[in-house]
Amino acid sequence: MADPLVELRDVRKSFEQKDVLRGVGFALPKGTTLAVMGGSGAGKTVLIRIAAGLLRPDAGQVSLFGVRIDRLREEAMLALRKRTGFVFQGAALFDSLSVFENVAYPLREHTRMPLGEITDRVHRFLSLVGMPGTDELLPAELSGGMRKRVGIARALVMEPEVVFFDEPTAGLDPTNARLVAEMIATLRAGVCDTAIVVTHDVGFADMVADQMAILHQGRFADLGTPGEIRASPNPDVRRFLAGELRED
Amino acid sequence: MNVLAYARRHGRESVAWYGGLGLLTLRVARNLQLPPSYLVIVAREIDIIGVRSLVVALTAALFTGMVLALQSAVNMAIFGAENYVGPVVALSILRELGPVLTAILVGGKVASGITAELGSMMVTEQIDALRAIGINYIKKLIVPRVLAALVVFPLVTIMADGVGLLGGMLIVVFDRGVDPYLYWNTISYWVVMKDFLTGIGKSVVFGGLITLIGCYNGLETTGGTEGLGRSTTDTVVQVAMAVIISDFFLTKLLLLLFW
Repeated sequence: MADPLVELRDVRKSFEQKDVLRGVGFALPKGTTLAVMGGSGAGKTVLIRIAAGLLRPDAGQVSLFGVRIDRLREEAMLALRKRTGFVFQGAALFDSLSVFENVAYPLREHTRMPLGEITDRVHRFLSLVGMPGTDELLPAELSGGMRKRVGIARALVMEPEVVFFDEPTAGLDPTNARLVAEMIATLRAGVCDTAIVVTHDVGFADMVADQMAILHQGRFADLGTPGEIRASPNPDVRRFLAGELRED
Repeated sequence: MNVLAYARRHGRESVAWYGGLGLLTLRVARNLQLPPSYLVIVAREIDIIGVRSLVVALTAALFTGMVLALQSAVNMAIFGAENYVGPVVALSILRELGPVLTAILVGGKVASGITAELGSMMVTEQIDALRAIGINYIKKLIVPRVLAALVVFPLVTIMADGVGLLGGMLIVVFDRGVDPYLYWNTISYWVVMKDFLTGIGKSVVFGGLITLIGCYNGLETTGGTEGLGRSTTDTVVQVAMAVIISDFFLTKLLLLLFW
């Protein structure tokens, strides 16, 4: 079996007195989409940020493309981050740049592509996320769903090997949430087939994931295929699926 | 007990702040030599920090020179030393008031602007977005600002020194009836190059310190818009305190080295 692209072993993280992660581990092989689910405050965002190298764990090991990153310096991490994409919960678009410039930004910084090629690539990805003809708009002029889609286009434009999605459907109306879910499911067949998706939306996770994990009180209550999770005898998983699991 | 707990918490926060500022300084120093150089951004920052701060700095310098000359002339006239107002004004401005006032006024404006900009990028995750894209945000956002400040603060201070001396001359000549030639002549006799250069040296240190404080507080901003307001206010106070306190130690050091 090939080496996993992302691997976490016994990862722990605390803020002030609160233990957010208390020993989480998984291995994400190429071609797999893992959906990490859990209630609000379960530590999903902390987990995905640690996996992407945006946050350091207090203990445990984190590997990206086979390289230990949990103690790597920021400058040394840059080369690895060029091979990943990260979609932020709030999109995190650069508010002084237009939609086109936001999506073109990674290409301008990391490649020597001529302008024509950059324009073609940006337009291709904007069309892919259903945002053609929005080049000149500023982030402030976009709705929440549109911002999220531009964020996805920016994360994918470098054609990364792994994409991290942080709550891609949070705050969206059901129609936009379904559009984003369908889009991510479509992307798996083309642009990027390996991803970690953090979500509290079980229906969305069902649409996009090969693997699911339920995060509760800083640990995975269970991890498996969607079928295994649905059939899990674990009481925390059952309560989560029934919408009754709460974080203390 | 409450006082003790407060002191302990405050002490811990202070140590963390100084430590964080020190670490940021080291990271900036390390990143100075890394590619790319982002010279265009440095030039843009020079424009933002320098050109847009000139009016504030020069207005303050003009009136400081005038007040200084007015106060000195009134009191020195008692001893019949009115002709020596020029050197008093010049030494005060070149060694202390020029660099310190410029640093406090321009620094407060510049550093609070930097904190607000970086802080808003922090709370909207734009800095994390840069990191996620694989951009060295220290190199892209911090280093150009520090480099620009190291260039701009001495230049603005030189201009403020000149305008301050001019302000002093206006008072001495038009209010006290002293010959302008005498004003400049006494200055050139009593003031030496190291008086000027030590002031400029201070402004270089102030420029670096001010920008680093502005950047650090911006990068440490948490808590949404409320936290952003708090960071910006803290920056103005910390910049003023840092300039005044570091001025004492710099003066001590420069006197030891050159006098």
